[in-house]
Amino acid sequence: MMDNMETVISVNGLTKQFGSFTAVDHITLQVGRGEIFGFLGANGAGKTTAMRMLCGLSYPTAGGGTVAGFDIVSQAEEIKRHIGYMSQRFSLYENLTVWENLNLFATIYGMASKDIKSKAEEVFKTLGMENMRNTLVKEIPLGWKQKLAFTAATLHSPDIVFLDEPTGGVDPATRRKFWEMIYRASSQGMTIFVTTHYLDEAEYCSRISIMVDGRIKALDSPARLKEQYCAATMDEVFRIVAKDAKRSD
Amino acid sequence: MNDIIEIQGITKRYSKLTALSQVTLSVPQGSVFGLIGPDGAGKTTLYQILTTLLNPDEGTATVAGLDVVKDFRRLRTVIGYMPEKFSLYPDLTVSENLQFFASLFGVGVNENFDLIAPIFGQLEKFPGRMAGALSGGMKQKLALSCALIHRPSVLLLDEPTTGVDAVSRSEFWDMLAQLKEKGITILVSTSYMDEAERCDRIALINKGKILDVDTPQELIKGLDKNLYNASASDMYPLLEALRRLPGVDDCYTFGATLHVATRDGFNPAEAILDLRRQGLADARIYPAKGNIEDLFIKLAKNDG
Repeated sequence: MMDNMETVISVNGLTKQFGSFTAVDHITLQVGRGEIFGFLGANGAGKTTAMRMLCGLSYPTAGGGTVAGFDIVSQAEEIKRHIGYMSQRFSLYENLTVWENLNLFATIYGMASKDIKSKAEEVFKTLGMENMRNTLVKEIPLGWKQKLAFTAATLHSPDIVFLDEPTGGVDPATRRKFWEMIYRASSQGMTIFVTTHYLDEAEYCSRISIMVDGRIKALDSPARLKEQYCAATMDEVFRIVAKDAKRSD
Repeated sequence: MNDIIEIQGITKRYSKLTALSQVTLSVPQGSVFGLIGPDGAGKTTLYQILTTLLNPDEGTATVAGLDVVKDFRRLRTVIGYMPEKFSLYPDLTVSENLQFFASLFGVGVNENFDLIAPIFGQLEKFPGRMAGALSGGMKQKLALSCALIHRPSVLLLDEPTTGVDAVSRSEFWDMLAQLKEKGITILVSTSYMDEAERCDRIALINKGKILDVDTPQELIKGLDKNLYNASASDMYPLLEALRRLPGVDDCYTFGATLHVATRDGFNPAEAILDLRRQGLADARIYPAKGNIEDLFIKLAKNDG
């Protein structure tokens, strides 16, 4: 993170213990406004647990911090209104139309209904989805679903959007279109916090952290990580850092 | 080499949607054959037909000489199938699941244990754990063990590595290589293009149609022609600028660089000058090596 950047995520010694198992073990990180932060790790490293704490869905057992300026322990409800969340596995209701999905998610995020209408019209126009608004989501192609899922998570203009494996199982062309959407959102000042198993996508991030067995083992820009580990690609960096992982989710 | 799976003109429709359209494919015995395509391409439908869970509307298919419609009972005993979604019994333990699948196929757990020992070995620490409480990686190993317990001739794996990290994916492919050594034919689908390169042969599938079938090496031949890398400190403006340049067919992100697919006559030196005039002072363009991912993007684009 650059020094003059406004911090939107700041956590210190964040820890989550389930009985004798330490899922997340004293992680410390800062993310600046507009950054694309890649949160990588092997299966079972503790990414999902850490992300749940950042989203205000789970309390840390030690450590703490702020997300979008709110305390993750005492202001979890406030956090939920100032972030967006999207995952590949579940993000849209297949049996609702495009408009119904947008309306539902925006309402849950606390937007006023007149704002939803005008903002949705604007978005339909930019995305070229005007003639799709009354189509059931299960009938639209995957590429559109992805755009819509991202839009549903960001219509309320959150400070930060959390993307949990947003491109799992998606073809190379559609994955790339999705990343262009991330680039655009980030250039407009939105902070992106993203997990992925596609390591070419790690190269597109401003900074990367790699979690191994609950701890952050590496944290820097892709270029500096590659230099540090004498690796040509992020794929190599990941294999070096994650190869001794003991846990597998 | 004999073909152990033969698919001839298979078509499958779901009301308005044509999931598979005139699919013809042969899978050589003892090979690792990759079915490469995005979500919605028709891969799962093809698996369901080969496993006799669905009947085709048109065409025929045989596995180990057994017809998917007429010989469905016998066919089920020669295949091992791992569907994309975890399909073991979450409320049975690890060893109960294995015993259950063995008894379904009328074999004992020990009979073919040598086949699954390297995979199941990693689960032996917790035989009494409920399958539903296992980690993703462990569930996958148990599912693979259960699919192999009757020593099938053909193993059918539908997207076994979606959502799996890079290190575990490599390990999974190492396991497949060992199974191949034991004479088992493997048909595996994936949306990870790097995995395509570990297959003996691959079929690229999109929107229900087979786009191309060959060895990965043969498929990417000729792809390097007119393909370039491009980089600059500001990548997104570079991407947009390249797309506007004459002679550029397509431009897309490719890890740390961009790949630029160009037409004959494209001059990289001129293009660099042009980009510099547009303010991209450190723009570089140099030849790239194409892989399956480039091929897929190209075929998907031509296909609309």
